[in-house]
Amino acid sequence: MSATLAKGINSFKEVIDTPIASYFSSCVHCGLCAEACLFYNETGDAKYTPIHKLEPLRRVWKQEYTLLGKLGKMLGLSDPVTDAELTEWEPLVYDSCTMCGRCSMVCPVGNDITYMIRKMREGMSASGHAPEDMIGATARAVNIGSPMGIKWPAVQAQIKHVQAETGIEVPVDKQGADYLVLMSSMEIINFPEYLSALSRIFKQAGVSWTLAADAFEATNSGIQIGASDLAREIVSRIVVAAERLKVKCVISPECGHAFTAIRWEGPNLMGRPFGFEVKHILEVLDGLHAAGKLKTRGKDKRPLTYHDPCQIARRGGVVAQPRRLLNEVAEDFREMPDAGVMNWCCGGGGGVSANSRAEPLRLEVFKTKKRQIEATGVHTLITACANCRIVMEEGLEHYQMKVEVLGLTELLAEYLVEGE
Amino acid sequence: MNHLDLLTFARGSALNWALMIFAAGVVLRLFEIFGLSRKPDLARPRSDSPGSGWRTMLSRSIPPQGMLKRDPVTYIGGYVFHLGLLLAIFFFAPHIEFFRSMTGLHWPNLPTALVDASVVAAIAALGVLLAHRLNNKVKRMLSGSGDYLAWAVTLLPLLTGYMAYHHLLFEYALMLSLHIFSVELLLVLLPFTKLFHTFSVFVSRWYNGDFFGRKGVAS
Repeated sequence: MSATLAKGINSFKEVIDTPIASYFSSCVHCGLCAEACLFYNETGDAKYTPIHKLEPLRRVWKQEYTLLGKLGKMLGLSDPVTDAELTEWEPLVYDSCTMCGRCSMVCPVGNDITYMIRKMREGMSASGHAPEDMIGATARAVNIGSPMGIKWPAVQAQIKHVQAETGIEVPVDKQGADYLVLMSSMEIINFPEYLSALSRIFKQAGVSWTLAADAFEATNSGIQIGASDLAREIVSRIVVAAERLKVKCVISPECGHAFTAIRWEGPNLMGRPFGFEVKHILEVLDGLHAAGKLKTRGKDKRPLTYHDPCQIARRGGVVAQPRRLLNEVAEDFREMPDAGVMNWCCGGGGGVSANSRAEPLRLEVFKTKKRQIEATGVHTLITACANCRIVMEEGLEHYQMKVEVLGLTELLAEYLVEGE
Repeated sequence: MNHLDLLTFARGSALNWALMIFAAGVVLRLFEIFGLSRKPDLARPRSDSPGSGWRTMLSRSIPPQGMLKRDPVTYIGGYVFHLGLLLAIFFFAPHIEFFRSMTGLHWPNLPTALVDASVVAAIAALGVLLAHRLNNKVKRMLSGSGDYLAWAVTLLPLLTGYMAYHHLLFEYALMLSLHIFSVELLLVLLPFTKLFHTFSVFVSRWYNGDFFGRKGVAS
């Protein structure tokens, strides 16, 4: 289907619901959301004020769903949303918003601005105003099965490698396993340590798990670009596989938006609740640890800090788990300023890292993360999102900082008590 | 029409009309909001934070950590203005008398001197907030005629009320009439401007709190 302005406006009309109407009704233009925004804070440019990024959506709400707005429209007094305007807004909605959710936490009238950006992107993509790179990633996710174009043979190659390295069999398509493990493309390409660490931890904990050949990819470009039909198609692969294999729980990998896509948006995209649980890997590991099934020995002597991925912590509620786990294996764990639910985004969430046009801005706003890390004085940074990890590695390199970035699962595996 | 006739009109049919438009406007706006409905959230919520929506209705009045320092003028100005306005509307003896005459309900009043001081503080806060709106690049960009109109119609009842009480500028009956007219103007415009946040803030805060609560993030 070709994208047109009319489709975009229709889509805006469709996504506007009671929460959005209450949000626009409540906004008093206080501008406090700007103070919470990574992009405004680093650049000082007023156009990055979060609520301003929604201006076209707000006008559609006003013109279509309020009496005064409708009267204005009838009398020709209103200012219709145009293609030129949406072109101007595209970088505001995609390049300078990672849907990190900080603004939604501080808005004094309670506006969930992030929720509105997510919805607005539906109309932006329907009207042909999504970034080229994100359109490409979404097409690959739908046609090939992964936004980075990875196919099952690449995963198989990694499985072989992991099996050779650990001597542990990686189960594939195992009926009746307790857990279905998903991965992100980033982990398959850049961080094979994840699968290796997981195999070892699960073997030691006696966990029954499996991969699925037709549903290994956890990421979902559809929710980033704002195309619910495609997001549904991508998430349905996981749901179908989980139901076919009759697993009790699907494990979302170290990836932020994948967790949002499966855990929170998934059932709504599918239009039905899931018969299985969805957990982030840190929740699973924390549960194993609490049950005494995840035993570690020794502690990492390096001073280290933890970066909360936005979709895992602020938008996902996984905050205490990484801290409990880190305290098991780290001798000198230091919190960065604003850690936890008010942590600052790495700058590459919400599809920004997949959008090459946004790269200069992304590197500029990384200065916030740089300051946070510097405040802790550490040279080891732990996180639980492969996208945050690659974005931070690029940022650290750009600013020539000598900081190593590790996934938490991988760090735990380093101190795992094995074979006892 | 002499001043007393004017006052009778202000207290009589003008007030009735204003209250009717206000009530109809509020109901209409609430219908506009709730009429849109929303799809039920099918994702299983975490059970950590029941009632988060209701709690957030109050807790959002407190600035999140670090925010007060980032924009103290907005927060402190906002508190002083809202509190001053609230005290003036609901705890000034003649106002309570007015509410008693309308509804039969009444409650203890605050000392007049305290209400007087809170009105002065609210007016000063409005002045500071306007200056801040004009000076702060984010606020200035976000502001349109509606924001300045809302500011003006909120200031007028405070200003005319203060002047009437202190017998300033005009003869008392005229000043009191102007005060009542300004309140009526505020009532008529409230549902159709950003001043409607008086009502919708509880809806938006509830949704925000519910959203974060379902995800286990206490809001």
